[in-house]
Amino acid sequence: MRRLEMVLSRLAWFVPTMAGLIVIVFLISNVIPTDPVRIMAGENATQEQVEALRVKLGYDKPLAVQLLRHFQDVLSGNLGTSIYTQRPISEDLFKRLPATLELSIAAITVAILLGIPLGVVSALKRNAWIDQVLRVLSVSGLAFAAFWLAMELQFLFSMTLRIAPLNGRISGFGPDPVTGFMTIDSLIQGDWESLRSALAHLCLPALTLALPAAATIVRFSRAGVLEVINSNHVLYQRAMGIPSRLIVWKYVLRNALISTVTQIGLIFGVLLTNAVVVETVFDWPGLGSFAVQSILQSDHKAIIGFTIWTGGLIVAINLLVDIAHSLIDPRGAR
Amino acid sequence: MSAGMTAPDLLTVSDLSLGFRTDAGLARVLDGVNLRLQAGQIMGLVGESGCGKTTLARAVLGILPRHVARIDRGSIRFDGTDLLQADEKILADQVRGRSITFIPQDPFSSFNPVFTIGTQMMEIMRWKSPRRPVGSGSPLFHAYPRARRAADREAVLAMLDAVQLPQPKQILAKYPHEVSGGQRQRLMIAMALLPEPRLVIADEPTTALDVTIQAQILKLLRRLATERNVAVLLTTHDLGTAYEICDGITVMYAGQDVEAAPIDAFFRRPAHPYTNKLLASLPRPDGKVQGIPGEVPNLVRPPMGCRFNPRCDRATDPCRAERPALTAPGPAHAVRCYHPHA
Repeated sequence: MRRLEMVLSRLAWFVPTMAGLIVIVFLISNVIPTDPVRIMAGENATQEQVEALRVKLGYDKPLAVQLLRHFQDVLSGNLGTSIYTQRPISEDLFKRLPATLELSIAAITVAILLGIPLGVVSALKRNAWIDQVLRVLSVSGLAFAAFWLAMELQFLFSMTLRIAPLNGRISGFGPDPVTGFMTIDSLIQGDWESLRSALAHLCLPALTLALPAAATIVRFSRAGVLEVINSNHVLYQRAMGIPSRLIVWKYVLRNALISTVTQIGLIFGVLLTNAVVVETVFDWPGLGSFAVQSILQSDHKAIIGFTIWTGGLIVAINLLVDIAHSLIDPRGAR
Repeated sequence: MSAGMTAPDLLTVSDLSLGFRTDAGLARVLDGVNLRLQAGQIMGLVGESGCGKTTLARAVLGILPRHVARIDRGSIRFDGTDLLQADEKILADQVRGRSITFIPQDPFSSFNPVFTIGTQMMEIMRWKSPRRPVGSGSPLFHAYPRARRAADREAVLAMLDAVQLPQPKQILAKYPHEVSGGQRQRLMIAMALLPEPRLVIADEPTTALDVTIQAQILKLLRRLATERNVAVLLTTHDLGTAYEICDGITVMYAGQDVEAAPIDAFFRRPAHPYTNKLLASLPRPDGKVQGIPGEVPNLVRPPMGCRFNPRCDRATDPCRAERPALTAPGPAHAVRCYHPHA
């Protein structure tokens, strides 16, 4: 019951958090020095035409009124029309969301599967050579710039070894879109060739995003294990002859995961930031490459739309992390 | 006690010497320690903090910090086997948690905070239940047959009843922070007795508890151990605790055993000067407290001979040269002193 209350109160916080996000995005978009109306009016428009458009679009109204209208628009899902694609921005974002989700979920999965076991091993073999190697790797994993890593991986695996596709999401037409996730769509349609191709295309961009994330996870799970490994309950279980592998991988890991899981919400934010670059390098048709195109076009409304969507995504992820946290840590549920 | 004289020892620690590597050098934490404990007997291991009693308890359990501790000589014979020479696999599987169990000092931090009490108790039963066939299965892919699980759960519920915990089923579903300190220590006693061990090592089991609860817990431990013929090695710095429940007492000072005696002889005819000072330092009805002058010695460079000699008013040259051998001032009474009290 306490857990249900916790989840509900977290869900309730979603509303004010999103409202705050929308206000902040609106205010930031108002202080940047470009004039959205002039860009929308086009290069050849006269000053009168620009002012007429400004009145027509409501940009002449007081800030508070504009904010109110902005709120109404966002809540009704109307983010305006993209200059670049000439389609409603919400529609564009919605179509591109699955690509980004597929990529980032793959990346975070790889990062967790890689980071947690390595972190545990690093802690157990503290100061042994494997720990030293992992520590150097995890520091450099954080230091690598995403675009550099992306291009190095392309150079090595696509151009030199020729074992992974250079860019794109899939070869050929791909499966009929149902969920928008290439892997899931080809799986439910039994299209193994597409599935293989989708997974192959996913490899390098997911790895590029996963490596820095894994480096962070290694560091946090190592610290988490070290914090618990010398505690009295581990000593007690050892004294009672519980098999040591079980103590580590069941009891110590659960404690260590608590601090690591909290970090995954933050890691996901960094991951989405990196996705902007990685999607561009790998020509991945997701939210990130949409954002880059919008910025290059000075597409004011599209940038606002992208920011609100990814902001909402991060808030939602953190909500999930909070819920997961309360499930694995009974003390937090109070 | 006369029967105890002839019965074979359950636990015999002989001439155990070990050190801990520290930045300042090797700390000689145990120096030729001897200890004897008979089946079903409750032995108090008494001494100040840092005298090595917890280290001795951990040496018996085989859980000394591996990279730090160095055992130089001696043996720990349990039921005829030297635990220091035995195969680690057999120790972990059949001795630790099975024939020798453990009651820790702090019952709160000795529970894993993120698992229910039931999960943690059943984990012990899964590996240490008396119904488990010896040496079955590898650690990670170990089956827990449903019939044994059900029988083990029944045994757990019966044991919770025996340690006088109300509503056993509800307690199993709770997390450690949801029960009181006294209840947690009752749970620890239950877990120590469930594998039907022959020896329980209780490391200061009541120091983390309220004074009002201490006596209850000690009496409970005494009664259950006697009923089940389980021997207890109880480390404590509190002579009152020892008096409450022990059959015999072994006194340690700075890593050496100085005196071992049945409980009556210990309080009526203490022989070693340190024991006498220890007893004299107990608070008296007139409110006067007598301390022991001097300080506990540095274990990296301990005094030669009897380590108590710098603080002893009876010390002579032999005391500073060589450690005295054991002498027997009475039945089952042993002391290491050149100048014992009569």
